Amino acid sequence: MTPELESAYSGRKLAARAAKTASSVAVGLALLPLFAVLAYVASQGARALSVAFFTEPIGVRGAGMANAIVGTIELVFLASAMGIPLGIAAGLYLAEYASTPLARAVRFSADVLAGVPSILVGVVVYAVVVVWMKQFSAFAGAAALAIVMLPLVTRTTDELARAVPDSLREAALALGAPRWRTAIFVVLRTAAPGIRSGCLLAVARVSGETAPLLFTAYNSRFFNESLFDPTSTLQVQIFTYTMTPNDDWHAQAWAAALVLVALVVVLNVLARRVLAEREPA
Amino acid sequence: MTQRALSTPPRLPPRSLRASVEGNGSSVDRAFGAVGAGAAGALGLVLVGVAASVARIAWPSIQATGLSFVTTSVWDPSRGTYGALAFVFGTLVTSFIALLLAVPVALGVAVFLTDLGPRRLQRPVSSLVELLAAIPSVVYGLWAALVLAPILRTTVQPALAAVGGPLFSGPNVGFGILCASLVLAIMLLPTIASVSRDVLRAVPADLREGALALGATPWDALRLVVFPHARRGIFGAVLLGFGRAIGETMAVAAVVGSRADISPSLFAPGYTMSSVIANEFPAASSELHVAALAEVGLLLFVVTVAFNVAARVLVARSREGSPRASQAGAGSGGAA
Amino acid sequence: MTAVTDSEASLRLRGARAEGGAEATAKMSAADLSAWFGDKQALRRITLPLIERKVTAIIGPSGCGKSTFIRCMNRMHEVVAGARTTGDVLLDGKSVYGADVDPVRVRRRVGMVFQKPNPFPTMSVRDNVLAGLRLSGIEPPDADALVEEVLVQAALWDEVKDALDRPGGALSGGQQQRLCIARCLALEPEVVLMDEPCSSLDPIATAKIEELIHDLRDRYTIVVVTHSMQQAARVSDYTAFFYVGELVEYDHADVIFTKPSDPRTEDYITGRFG
Ligand SMILES: Nc1ncnc2c1ncn2[C@@H]1O[C@H](COP(=O)(O)OP(=O)(O)O)[C@@H](O)[C@H]1O
Ligand SMILES: [Mg+2]
Repeated sequence: MTPELESAYSGRKLAARAAKTASSVAVGLALLPLFAVLAYVASQGARALSVAFFTEPIGVRGAGMANAIVGTIELVFLASAMGIPLGIAAGLYLAEYASTPLARAVRFSADVLAGVPSILVGVVVYAVVVVWMKQFSAFAGAAALAIVMLPLVTRTTDELARAVPDSLREAALALGAPRWRTAIFVVLRTAAPGIRSGCLLAVARVSGETAPLLFTAYNSRFFNESLFDPTSTLQVQIFTYTMTPNDDWHAQAWAAALVLVALVVVLNVLARRVLAEREPA
Repeated sequence: MTQRALSTPPRLPPRSLRASVEGNGSSVDRAFGAVGAGAAGALGLVLVGVAASVARIAWPSIQATGLSFVTTSVWDPSRGTYGALAFVFGTLVTSFIALLLAVPVALGVAVFLTDLGPRRLQRPVSSLVELLAAIPSVVYGLWAALVLAPILRTTVQPALAAVGGPLFSGPNVGFGILCASLVLAIMLLPTIASVSRDVLRAVPADLREGALALGATPWDALRLVVFPHARRGIFGAVLLGFGRAIGETMAVAAVVGSRADISPSLFAPGYTMSSVIANEFPAASSELHVAALAEVGLLLFVVTVAFNVAARVLVARSREGSPRASQAGAGSGGAA
Repeated sequence: MTAVTDSEASLRLRGARAEGGAEATAKMSAADLSAWFGDKQALRRITLPLIERKVTAIIGPSGCGKSTFIRCMNRMHEVVAGARTTGDVLLDGKSVYGADVDPVRVRRRVGMVFQKPNPFPTMSVRDNVLAGLRLSGIEPPDADALVEEVLVQAALWDEVKDALDRPGGALSGGQQQRLCIARCLALEPEVVLMDEPCSSLDPIATAKIEELIHDLRDRYTIVVVTHSMQQAARVSDYTAFFYVGELVEYDHADVIFTKPSDPRTEDYITGRFG
C-alpha cells in the first residue's frame, strides 16, 4: 500500500474497532433490562409461589389466582379457536389470489390492523359485544384477543403460502386437482410447519395481552360459571395488583408474572422448535 | 385422506366421471374462494369497524367539545370538562424520548446481528432480543413500577437534578414522564432492532462483498454502502417503533403518574392517550365521559394508522424479496 | 509439515513446467489449499501459482470450485458464514492467512471483479470509480483526472463521459461490469481476480471485456474464471482445469488446449461433459 493509504488505514481501523465495540455495548445495554426483568420475575415470583396460588381463587389475603389462571387459559383457547381458523383462511385466500386488488387491500389492512393499539380493539369489542350483551364476559375478552391474533395469523399464512413455489401448485393442478384441494392439500401442507410456528407466536403474543381485556373480560373474584360472565385473567390481575400499594398483592403479582412469562416463553420456544424441524440446517 | 392425496398419485376416475368431478370441484372452488374472500373481507371490515365504532361512541363528545378537545388540557370528568391536549402531549413526549434512547441502541444491536458481531454470538443474541419482545407489557409495567421507579427516585433523578435545568426539576416520586419513557424505550428496542436487522439483511450480499473486496473494513462497508441502501427501511423501522410507542398501554399506565398535566419537567407525572383509556374507561362516570375517552381513542387510531401506513410502505419497499423477514417481525411483537 | 514440503516441491515443479524453463515468478500461489462451506469441502488441496503479469484462466464445469478458489485468494471466502480454509496462499512469498495479516490489506492489493456486475446503486458513476478510495478514507486531490484515467483504462470513458453523475445502476450490464473493473483498478491493485466477468453479458460487451483483459495484462497479474473454453484460450497465458474441487491440470494455455495430458481435461475441452 502507498504511504498515503497506509496512514488513512490506521484511522479506519480504529473506526472499525470503535464501531465493533459500540455495537457490543449496545447489545449489553439491550440485554441488561431483559436480565433485570427476568431476574426479578424469577426471584420475586418464586418466593411468592405456593400451592394455594394454583388452587385458591383471588380474594382473601395470601390466597391464590386459580381462577385467573383458568381464565387466561380459557380466553387463549377461545381466542385461538376463533382467530386461527379465520386467519388461516384469510391468509390462504390472500396467497392464492395474491395479486388481485382486493387481496392487496386486505393485506394492507392486515398490516395496519397489526399496528392498531390493542386497547382500541378493547374499545370496539366493548362497544359492540359488551354493550349489546349488557355485561362484561369471557366471550367478549376472547373476541378481543381473536381480533388481535387475526392479522398476525393472516400475514404469516399469506407470506408462507406465497413462498410455496408455483411449480408445486401447477403440478397439482396438472394432475387435475381442483384449486381448493391444491390450496389445502398442497400449499397449506407445504407451508404447515411455518404456519404452525406463526400461530404459536400469535398465541404467545395474546397470552400476555392485557389492554383489550380491561373492559371486555373485565375481572372477577370467582371462577366464572359461563362464558358470558366476566372473568379474571392473570394479566389483568397483575395490572390491578401493580396499581395497589400493598406488598402482599405485589408478591402475588410477581408470582402471576412468573407464571405468565413461563407460559409465553414456553410458547415461543415451541414455535421456534416447530420452525427448526422444518429447516434441518 | 390428506396423506393419500400427496403420497400416491390420484387414481383417475373413468372418463365419463371426470367431467362431473371437475364440475363438482369448480363449484367447491367457488365456495372456497367465497369463504376465503369472506375471511379476508372480515379482516378489512374489522379495520373499518374499529374506526367506525370508535367514532360512533365518540360522537357525543365530538359534538360537545369540538376543537377545544384537542386545544385544551383540562380533563375533569366530575365537571364535564374534557380537553385531551395533555394526553397528546404526554404520548408524544414519552414516545419521542423513548425513541431517542432506543434507536441508537437498537441500531447497534442490528448491526451487531448482521455485520459487526462475532458470528457465533449472532444467533443467541438474536433469540434473546426476541425474548425481550415476547415479555408481556403488563410484566414490564410491574417491573417498572416496583423496581425501576424506586431506582429513579433514589438514584437517577437526584443525580439528574444536580445537573439542573427545567427538564430535571420538580417533584421526585419516580413515577412520571421519565420512567414511562424508559420502560417504553426498553419495549421498542426489540421491534426496531429486529426490523432493522431484517432490512440490513435484505441488502444484497454482492454490495457488501463489493465493498469488502475493495478493501473496506466491515464498518466502512456498512457506513458507505449498506446504510445508504437501507436508509429508507431503517427509517421505516423507526416509524414502526414510534407507532408502537404511541399505542403502548399497560407498562406506561403503570408508571406514567396519571395526571393530565403539561409540564416541562421529565420527573413530573403525566398521562398518555392509551393509559387514560385503560384507567378510566372501565369506570367511566357518564356517557359523555365514555364518549370523550372514545374520542381520545379515535385520535390514537388516526395517529397510529398514519405512522403504520408510512412505516409499512418504507419497510416493504426496502426489503422486497425477503418473504421470511416480516414473519419474524409480525410474530415477535410484545403484548400491550 | 511433510505435506507442506511436498506441495512446495510440486509447486516448483509445476511452475517450472509451466514456464518451460523460462524465467517467471509466481505473484501469488496457493499451497495445498482446501476450502469448506460448513461440512462441504469445495476445494481439495490445490497447489497452483499465479504468474506475475500474466493472465491465468481457471476453467471447469460449474460447481467445481472456481469461484471458491479465487475468493480464497483475497480472503473473501471467509465472509460466508461457516466457511473455512486450510493450507496457505502466498502473495509475494508471504502468507495472506498468517495470524497477523489483516484481510483488509490483502483485499487492497488483490482486487476482485464479481460474476454479476455490482456497482453501488446509491452512488453515481463517478463515485463508484472513487468508491474504493473513499472507502479507504482518501479523497484524491485530482479526482477528475483519476476518474478519467481509470475509465479510459477500463475502456468505458467514451461511453460514460457525459453521464458521470448518473447512478451506477443505470448503465447497461456490460458497462456496469467495466465500471466495476474501473472501480477495482482505481485502487491500483497488484492482482485482479475476475469471476466469470462476462457470464451475464452479450457477445459485444464480452468482446470489450476480453480486449480490456488483453490491455491490462502488462500491468497486473490477472486471474479470470470462465466456463467458456474459447474465452480461456483467447485471453489466457496459463490455464488451470478444476474438476469437483481438485486441480486436474495446469499448463500454458496452448498446451492445455492442444495436447492436454489428463483425459478429463481432454473430455472437458472437447465438450464431452460439463
Ligand atoms: N455459500 C455456499 N454455501 C455452501 N456451499 C457452497 C456455497 N457456495 C458454493 N458452494 C458449493 O461449493 C462448491 C463450489 O462452488 P463454486 O466455487 O461456486 O463453483 P464454481 O464457481 O466453479 O461454479 C459447489 O459444490 C457449491 O455448491
Ligand atoms: Mg462460480
